[in-house]
Amino acid sequence: MTLPALLELQNVSRRFGQTTVLDDVNVSINDGSFTALLGASGCGKSTTLRIIAGLDRPTEGRVVLNGAEVAEKTAYERNVAMVFQSYALYPHLTVFQNIALPLTMRHLGTLGRMPGLGRLLPNARAARSHIRQKVGETAESLGLSELLHRKPSSLSGGQKQRVALGRALVRDPVLFLLDEPLSNLDARLRIKMRGELVSLHKRTGKPFVYVTHDQTEAMAMADQIVVMIDGKVAQAGSPRDLYDHPANKDVAAFIGHNAMNFFEPGDGLAQLNGVGDKAVIGVRPEHLVPDPDGALSAHLETAEFLGSETVLGLRTQNGKQVTAIASGEVDLPAEGSQLNLGVLAGRFHYFDSQSGKRMTEVTPS
Amino acid sequence: MIIKLLVGRFLSSLFLVIGALAILLPFIWMLSLAFKPQNEIFTDTIQLLPTRIEWGNFVKAITETDVPLYLMNGAIVVIGILVFQLLFAVPCAYALVQRNFKARTFIFGMVLAALLVPFHVTAIPIFLGFAQIGILNTYWALILPFVPTAFGIFLFRQFLAQVPADLFEAARVDGLSETAIVWRIAFPLAMPAATAFAIFSITAHWNDLFWPLIATTDPNLATPPRGILFFRDEESGDDVGPLMAAATLITAPLVIAFLFAQRKFTQGLASGGLKG
Repeated sequence: MTLPALLELQNVSRRFGQTTVLDDVNVSINDGSFTALLGASGCGKSTTLRIIAGLDRPTEGRVVLNGAEVAEKTAYERNVAMVFQSYALYPHLTVFQNIALPLTMRHLGTLGRMPGLGRLLPNARAARSHIRQKVGETAESLGLSELLHRKPSSLSGGQKQRVALGRALVRDPVLFLLDEPLSNLDARLRIKMRGELVSLHKRTGKPFVYVTHDQTEAMAMADQIVVMIDGKVAQAGSPRDLYDHPANKDVAAFIGHNAMNFFEPGDGLAQLNGVGDKAVIGVRPEHLVPDPDGALSAHLETAEFLGSETVLGLRTQNGKQVTAIASGEVDLPAEGSQLNLGVLAGRFHYFDSQSGKRMTEVTPS
Repeated sequence: MIIKLLVGRFLSSLFLVIGALAILLPFIWMLSLAFKPQNEIFTDTIQLLPTRIEWGNFVKAITETDVPLYLMNGAIVVIGILVFQLLFAVPCAYALVQRNFKARTFIFGMVLAALLVPFHVTAIPIFLGFAQIGILNTYWALILPFVPTAFGIFLFRQFLAQVPADLFEAARVDGLSETAIVWRIAFPLAMPAATAFAIFSITAHWNDLFWPLIATTDPNLATPPRGILFFRDEESGDDVGPLMAAATLITAPLVIAFLFAQRKFTQGLASGGLKG
């Protein structure tokens, strides 16, 4: 199972003047994988993507594609495709011309690209019909066939997104790079496009690198998530890995739909588990459930009923705010009443209270 | 209330009409004379409309004088200037916006500074230089001094600075060279700015008398305003009808071009340089 990675960033750093944007980043992307670069804005994830694409160069470190160092090569020479957050469609070209442009640049010489003259050259004519066919196929597969003669300004957000994807697909790249491609779409369309992207990934079998700040997107789509915090890779692993074994407090706080509860040594939970005062205990809200025999008692302050589940806002005797999740079926006591909570077995996370790193050797008594 | 509004409207319209008349009067008089028969031009009463339309003035201007030559010279010089200006100004502007090089801010500062220098300051050094290399009295002498245009670079830079950088990056990923990006992406996007710039450039150089007067003495190279001068000398001012017909012919291309490009022109100025 040790396939050589298709693309590797080795000890990559990027500095703009005095500011360090990327600090010793190592990322490895396997062929056919779907990697999400996840992080808050300004964490360096977009810079990482631009370095992979060849739009930016690392100050230090190596970019290795298919076993060859490519840090000095352009995006075109690497044959990567990129979809931009703003779609970056050329406003003066039709949908057809937008999708065809990468092929036009590849298959037609300077003379062949000239509007009138190109038609007269025999090999340019063959290339043109090849391009027409490729663009037609791509448009067909994305449901754009009807729109080929429209200008981007007359398309909806979802259609623009498809055209941007088409322009990436048509040239058969070795690697797809997507920079927050769904963030300009409304919520419903975003979930639909999410599914389409995943099936597109399956269909092409090419590796995707997907930049996002939305952990839900990353969890739903990726098979590898690289969490970036302050220009460093905080953790890389499968979604389940990150959820079950976050490497530190920051990753734990970032991953998961509801923010994790952290109990500092004085917050009333540490004593229950006998880990002393050097650990911060993390419990995900979905693992903290109402339980008559539970060890933690708290006042119910708020309850948000969401149908499948109810999000509970509680406060312990020590004044610590806690979030818990109950199944939507559970009958809840009135707000303000006392409630006992229990933690599901094996769902404690321990982090060093100084460094924030995960502690594995702690065994609760 | 409504009366007040109407009076206000009426007054502002009145002032506009007076202003327009003051500016247009010479042109109206030019048109009037161009269509008048010879014997109606010098009369002791002011008669704006001719009793009959005299096309002979135009026929004479076109067939018996060098006006067609002047028009063609004007077109060669004006189009030559515009083509070379665009050929250099657009890549320069693109480089100032999109390329990272050391003296970028400094060079843009120099462009801004160059905007403040009137052409007349550099005219004499350019004249001396051209005399040295012996290209006075050629089309090149009329075209070359205007090819480097600080105004053009500035206008295009301001316009391209507003184009999202993603577009240029996408073009790089798609395999376009920097030159290809300039002509296939940046220039088409900057079309409104280019139209505005073309109007400025064409008007300025079509109407320019100063530089053709200095750089050329050959009547065969005369641009329209220079040509009108020759014309007046030859006819010593007594054949006013054909002279005015010639002036009309020389003014007409600009007016027509402006009417056609009017919308793009205002749009280019509004969204392009002058605001930014």
